[in-house]
Amino acid sequence: MNAWLIALHAIVLREAMRFLQNRGRFLSALVRPLVWLVIFAAGFRAALGLSITPPYQTYITYEVYIVPGLCAMIQLFNGMQSSLSLVYDQEMGSMRLLLTSPRPRWWLLFCKLMAGVAVSLLQVYAFLGIAALMGIKMPAMGYVYVLPALVLSGLMLGALGLLISSTIRQLENFAGVMNFVIFPMFFLSTALYPLWKMAEASRLLRDICAVNPFTHAVELIRFALYAQFNGWALLWVGTGAVAFFLLALLGYDPARGLMRRKG
Amino acid sequence: MTRTPALRVSNVSLSYGARRALDDVSFALERGRFCALLGPNGAGKSTLFSLLTRLLVTREGRIEVAGFDLARDPRAALARIGVVFQQPTLDLDTTVMRNMRYFAALHGMAGREATARIDAALERLNMRERAGEKVRALNGGHRRRMEIARALIHAPEVLLLDEPTVGLDTAARRSITAHVHDLAAEGLSVLWATHLVDEIEPSDEVVVLHRGRVLRQATAAEIAGEGDLIDAFIEMTGGNDEAAA
Repeated sequence: MNAWLIALHAIVLREAMRFLQNRGRFLSALVRPLVWLVIFAAGFRAALGLSITPPYQTYITYEVYIVPGLCAMIQLFNGMQSSLSLVYDQEMGSMRLLLTSPRPRWWLLFCKLMAGVAVSLLQVYAFLGIAALMGIKMPAMGYVYVLPALVLSGLMLGALGLLISSTIRQLENFAGVMNFVIFPMFFLSTALYPLWKMAEASRLLRDICAVNPFTHAVELIRFALYAQFNGWALLWVGTGAVAFFLLALLGYDPARGLMRRKG
Repeated sequence: MTRTPALRVSNVSLSYGARRALDDVSFALERGRFCALLGPNGAGKSTLFSLLTRLLVTREGRIEVAGFDLARDPRAALARIGVVFQQPTLDLDTTVMRNMRYFAALHGMAGREATARIDAALERLNMRERAGEKVRALNGGHRRRMEIARALIHAPEVLLLDEPTVGLDTAARRSITAHVHDLAAEGLSVLWATHLVDEIEPSDEVVVLHRGRVLRQATAAEIAGEGDLIDAFIEMTGGNDEAAA
């Protein structure tokens, strides 16, 4: 096997093993979206009427509507969790081990990113499996079509986490990420309510939702789950992934980035 | 014809804002030598190690590893360096072998080749029987030996160790120091950063670093002269209580 692929395999395997060995993390990764699906959706289904909008061809229940958003939420939290683990790695030193290996730095960081995506895929498919057992099923091909969509949205959200990790100096600062990144991204998106519903409340909020990359990750996943293609969402998510990754590379540039600030 | 030094640092400087962390640092590490980078805390040793491992880069000066310019050809240079950081870099809840395999993979090695190299490296540090143990179960000295063995898997030409005995008891310190001196005797070039003079043998090369500047490079015996190395070191650096360990 090529030396670059050997490194990729090792980094992804290490991250997946760490995740699977940490039952608490696996459990909380599943419980969080399930709480939304079971409790939040039950409360909202009566209050929120949904009309037929693509990709749906019939009326759907609210539980069905929020499943793609919850898949993206899993990836958002996972991206931030990866970011947290990167900050931890920086403090514990294992990031140094990675960055001093004789592979290009962009490749090493990309491997880290792919490792996070692999972990998020395990979580999302486990969640979709449980949702199916609860009767919220997607078209069979949707479970296949959603894979590349999840890889791309996972890359974008992971790259955002990587970018954030390059700007955070200490683990203690991580609470701020929750308040200023995760919550606004999640609530100002189409994860919980469609854009037209948001427009009824505020056009400004609708516009903000429309430019939120997370909205497009949700829509990419939503369409893919129904075996449909959303080119506009793909463009947004692809551009976001590349932009966040390039900015993260700047943060990890030895000439100007993180290690210098950490001294 | 002269041989290319294992490591050559030429006129390297680095500033953090207005503070000059390293100022025109130059020295060479000859092949097969044990060289102690001796300096009190805050002398700039860890900063220099960050530059040597390319965690930091500077535009001032030049670093060559076995003839490869670290700035121009970082991959070739890094492939020839083995590093033991001051702070342990281990996955505590996995086995010694799994830690070693991960590192081997970062250097592009897998399968039988990785296994053979890992076995040889562990054997070199008398750690082979620990391969199946979880790192968390090892004491501090064994963890350090494991890290040194790990740094040897890819057969580097230069071994860099940044204060590797920090936090170890006296017996473990002595054991680690002896092991690394043995590696140098076998032909490996070693740069050992420390502020403890009792880790240095009279025949070792010593680079004295103080406030970001190289004060002297010579053998420990030459620096000590008629007296002790510690007295000479304290005199050069203006007094340091920790040097005696």
